[in-house]
Amino acid sequence: MTSPETETAMVTFTIDGIETTVPEGTLVIRAAEQIGIAIPRFCDHPLLEPVGACRQCMVEVATPGPDGSMRPMPKPQTSCTLVATDGMDVKTQHSSEVADKAQHGMIEFLLINHPLDCPTCDKGGECPLQNQAMSNGSATSRFRDQKRTFAKPLAISTQILLDRERCIMCQRCTRFQQEIAGDPFIDLQERGAGQQIGTFNADLLGFEQDAPGTGLREDLTTESALRRTSPGGEPGLPGASDQPVGAAAADISGRPFSSYFSGNTIQICPVGALTSSAYRFRSRPFDLVSSPAIGEHDACGAAIRIDHRAGKVLRRQSGEDAAVNEEWISDKDRFAFPWQRASDRITRPLVRNAETGELEPTTWQEALHVAATGLQQARAAGGVGVLPGGRLTVEDAYGYSKFARVVLGTNDVDFRSRPHSDEEEAFLAHAVAGSGMGVTFTDLEKAPVVLLLGLEPEDEAANIWLRLRKANRRHNLPVYSVGPFESRGLHKLNGQFIAAAPGTEPEVIDAIAAGKQTDNAEGETISQLRELLSQPGAVILAGERLVASPGALSSTYALAQATSAALAWVPRRAGDRGAVEAGLLPQLLPGGRTVADAQARVDAGAVWGVEDLPAEPGRDLNGILQAAADSELGGLLIGGVETADLPNPKAAREAIAATPFVLSLEVRASDVTELADVVLPVAPPSEKQGTYFNWEGRVRGFERALQSNAMSDHRVLNAIADEMDEYLGLPSADIALAELGEFDAWEGERIPAPSAPHGDVPKINAGEAVLATWQQLLDLGRGQDGEPYLAGTQRQPVARISPQTAAAASIIDGALIEIANEHGKITLPVVVTNMPDGVVWVPTRSHGSQVRETLCGDAGSVVQIAAGTAPEAAADQKEVVA
Amino acid sequence: MSENKQTGSESGGATLTPVLSKRWDQTESWTLDSYVADGGYEQFKAAIKMEPGELTEMVKSAGLRGRGGAGFPTGLKWSFLPPPDGGPRYLVVNADEAEPGTCKDIPLLMADPHLLIEGMAITSYAIGCTHAFIYLRGEVLHVHRRLMQAIADAREAGYLGKDIFGTGFDLEITLHSGAGAYICGEETALLDSLEGRRGQPRLKPPFPAVAGLYARPTVVNNVESIASVPSIVEGGSDWFAAMGTEKSTGYGIFSLSGHVERPGQYEAPLGITLRELLDMAGGIRSGHELKFWTPGGSSTPILTAEHLDVPLDFESMASAGSMLGTRAMQIFDETTCVVRAVSRWTDFYAHESCGKCTPCREGTYWMRLVLRRIEAGGGTEEDLDTLLDMCDNILGRAFCALGDGATSPVTSSIEYFRDEYRAHITEGGCPFDHSKSALFSYTPRTTSQVAGSDQLAGTVGA
Repeated sequence: MTSPETETAMVTFTIDGIETTVPEGTLVIRAAEQIGIAIPRFCDHPLLEPVGACRQCMVEVATPGPDGSMRPMPKPQTSCTLVATDGMDVKTQHSSEVADKAQHGMIEFLLINHPLDCPTCDKGGECPLQNQAMSNGSATSRFRDQKRTFAKPLAISTQILLDRERCIMCQRCTRFQQEIAGDPFIDLQERGAGQQIGTFNADLLGFEQDAPGTGLREDLTTESALRRTSPGGEPGLPGASDQPVGAAAADISGRPFSSYFSGNTIQICPVGALTSSAYRFRSRPFDLVSSPAIGEHDACGAAIRIDHRAGKVLRRQSGEDAAVNEEWISDKDRFAFPWQRASDRITRPLVRNAETGELEPTTWQEALHVAATGLQQARAAGGVGVLPGGRLTVEDAYGYSKFARVVLGTNDVDFRSRPHSDEEEAFLAHAVAGSGMGVTFTDLEKAPVVLLLGLEPEDEAANIWLRLRKANRRHNLPVYSVGPFESRGLHKLNGQFIAAAPGTEPEVIDAIAAGKQTDNAEGETISQLRELLSQPGAVILAGERLVASPGALSSTYALAQATSAALAWVPRRAGDRGAVEAGLLPQLLPGGRTVADAQARVDAGAVWGVEDLPAEPGRDLNGILQAAADSELGGLLIGGVETADLPNPKAAREAIAATPFVLSLEVRASDVTELADVVLPVAPPSEKQGTYFNWEGRVRGFERALQSNAMSDHRVLNAIADEMDEYLGLPSADIALAELGEFDAWEGERIPAPSAPHGDVPKINAGEAVLATWQQLLDLGRGQDGEPYLAGTQRQPVARISPQTAAAASIIDGALIEIANEHGKITLPVVVTNMPDGVVWVPTRSHGSQVRETLCGDAGSVVQIAAGTAPEAAADQKEVVA
Repeated sequence: MSENKQTGSESGGATLTPVLSKRWDQTESWTLDSYVADGGYEQFKAAIKMEPGELTEMVKSAGLRGRGGAGFPTGLKWSFLPPPDGGPRYLVVNADEAEPGTCKDIPLLMADPHLLIEGMAITSYAIGCTHAFIYLRGEVLHVHRRLMQAIADAREAGYLGKDIFGTGFDLEITLHSGAGAYICGEETALLDSLEGRRGQPRLKPPFPAVAGLYARPTVVNNVESIASVPSIVEGGSDWFAAMGTEKSTGYGIFSLSGHVERPGQYEAPLGITLRELLDMAGGIRSGHELKFWTPGGSSTPILTAEHLDVPLDFESMASAGSMLGTRAMQIFDETTCVVRAVSRWTDFYAHESCGKCTPCREGTYWMRLVLRRIEAGGGTEEDLDTLLDMCDNILGRAFCALGDGATSPVTSSIEYFRDEYRAHITEGGCPFDHSKSALFSYTPRTTSQVAGSDQLAGTVGA
């Protein structure tokens, strides 16, 4: 990519007699697109490197010779590989017999071995091959002989099926996996007409029979399943054991194919060779209605397209947004939508029958009445705490924020349904809220260096990871990451790993800021980093997980100040940034205003039409739940909160149970609705209009895709307020967003920058380790419910410890490890990994590894580790096996 | 085919110019001792005292053209390398001799491996390469062994390795055996294969001279081209250019095979005619007459008896509608069914098409089926037009030259022998007695076996 500052030389040439001027280096096929000339193509994809394999885009070309006379090239050229040069004369099928015949010939060749099964093919109706066979092919075929056949379909993974007969060998899928996703796909095999996108075949390549090459894995917990080296692989590659839980074909290294982005290959396949297990034979493209939307599973705000028919979503595709996700989305954004119409979806208001103690369906009228009465009583009896969760649209977040302050008269509101701290709130209030668009995806791509702190982008912000990889591939963007081990995601970014045991992050960040050489292995890297970060355009991405290490966010802010690097906060959830802007924090009003600031309250009161607002800063989530447990609160208003995400799920459930009145606004039945007195159903994202602010601060609005009676949270809150004889004034999303817009940029005092002291570095004794953890992209999150094909591509849950830690605890690679504290025990297979000693990493919320539920802890907790004994030990986990 | 036949000295014909094959009939010609005893490595000693640029100029003015088939001027190829930037530059010798009918490099390597090594040493010095590679066809294990021994001997004797002759010039040679894919004779596919990848041709530009092996400047030359370099250093460019024709200078090995009395390698100046070669080779096998022949392997359009006097040089062959190619003369007499021959060649192309691009992958598959059907009597007149049109859609549309090559036998055979194709169609089968064309006692396969071999046409793998 050429930055706009640098002068780009231009070339002028003609296509079909039309003169056009394009930047030097432009391919002829791109230049033709720009002037509206469509040249048929299959292998060409603007975001992939040219390959020139399908030969469909042939054009006739002449170039000026040294004497200025035009010299026709002897052969027609592929416009997808041909760089435009000054004075070139290109003739496409529109003006050249030669090009037209070449294209007709190519289509004929492509179709001789194609099964022509369009009537039963998923791609039929949206298939480039079908379309171009109609527009550039013959009506009849001269082929009279026998077609080549293959067994089909071949399962590449649980979610992708391959039909080799339909494949036209364009290599878009293999190139995508190689270039964009970095997960080597199955690759081309054999030659000639027998060439196929094939599975890794140990027999064919003469590898040892016991190599994990034949795809289907045996036992999840056996050593062989976790083997990390293979004939084509790099021995000891960190993270190499990131294998899927479901069956998968082996990739080119012989490991089971595993990728978080493989769904994109289905979308870019120009024929029906790659199909989705979930969507297969479900629909015809021309029966679908497509609605643009925004991915709800992370804070990237990827543009997606919801394809639905008769009120039911059948699939989701990537949308095109060059500024955000280009044309790629994660498999989670693509496949994880059935949760929105799961069988436990709440469709009618529920009120708990005082006699039976059961939730019973009732009318909206009655439910609103009970809810309003309950809230009024609770408001009087100690107040109501508001826990709206982090998955809300901005409009809904704003509704909760206003409802808490105006109707409930409290600042006891906190969207953070996860570990949190005062330091974090200060950080958000000082550096994030009301800051508008900060670092963007494009900034990442152009940055001279990116430092990741407490962020594993492949798992936690998939589109950030894709953009970093693109930048690394295009111009060697150096990526540094401070974390507990060098993940596969970082490896694929060619990233530099800076080891930090949980709790030591502030020290490491301070060392970077000081530019001083530390005495560990990364000393030299650390000492150079300050200078790198001082370059214009340098970026620091701070993941929300930094909160687990006291002082880390303060140090991060100080580092950004010291180096002038741009700092962006990357939360995990789609609604997190919007919640910060809407003021869903105990000390924060909309637009970065501070509760304690009188002028800020006057501003808010003016917008809200109230005279005074509660001036006391409220309690955070832990404080609210503690107050509830101590019977200080009269009630709780809870939005989309999963107790399993909370710092201490058991205590949270007890606190909710102990609260006199609990009102839950939920899409589906949950731990919270089980404990609630009134449950009001709200709309999932595809059934409402709304807006997310992504991590950049970019406004990502979307329309309602499906018609339904389900109401958005803010409308339900509006109805409750009416019932309470209060005025919320948020009957529609448009009004809510417009009202939030009335909060101008805040010029007044902000909460000071965080300056929390470093937490104590956890001390461990023999047999103990410090816990490191994060949530993997695909895990037990309820947003992935109802999608078994996607679930099969989850990575196997494993624990990671260093060789020394393993030796000290007498645990061998591949064996089981028990991670325990007074609350419970997690048993997982272990992968010995190059990482700091005395640290054990486990996924936060995967099968057999529910850290918060089981250990009531988080990164930084001290746990006991020991060799695991019985595999059944995992069964005492509360787990659901798909 | 790899039998070392040095017919030149036997025939004593004035037109023979044994340079590359000079030592082939000496006792243990392949050893370092016999090579050195005959003045071997003297040209390397002479060359290393010259300026590298001088050597390139010498090869340029000698007019040496690539002996691998395409005939690109070798010296010009060397001069395409960008100026040295301190990084490595490579010489890769293409010894992946796999063109049907071609058998010049393998006998040369068996009989005189040190000639290639000396040529590589001089070339490496000329282009600034310190690590050269030989990519050898995988099937010829005997040649692999002989080359390995020769490289080891040369290294032991100080002709390779560090600080050669005390000049400070270093050179290592690595021998790599391919896995038997025809495509790997294509220079960029060869480089991919040498790097450990699947051998498929690369997109050009960048050309190997700019970004070849390991993305570094690389010269890829045929065995015979490199083996000719020592003689140019010895005899000078004028000596070399005095042989052959004006634009196709020097000598080359002509490999005669098929229905000829004395098949073998005949080293002669370019521009010799097939008639002259046949005279030396004892003519067509007795009692028969020439029907058709390939000038340079199956990828060059076939010619007939009317072309016996066309000079075998790049220009004349092009004017006659064919190509000089690798000078692999496959000679067929009147007992041969041209449809059958072309059908078998097409089997080869269908089998060896790398599969990367559509026209070659699908076109060779289709042509194979149609030719088999015609041969078996199931063809139609329309099939012939379809074949020609298919060839038109492949020629010049494929990713690399191998697709073009696959069309040569089909188009040229229909041009010269359309009536013979028609005979298959009208007579419902092949009118020839194949046992008559065999050079050895022939047991025809039963019809069922032939039909059985066709099952491959429909199902490939599973």
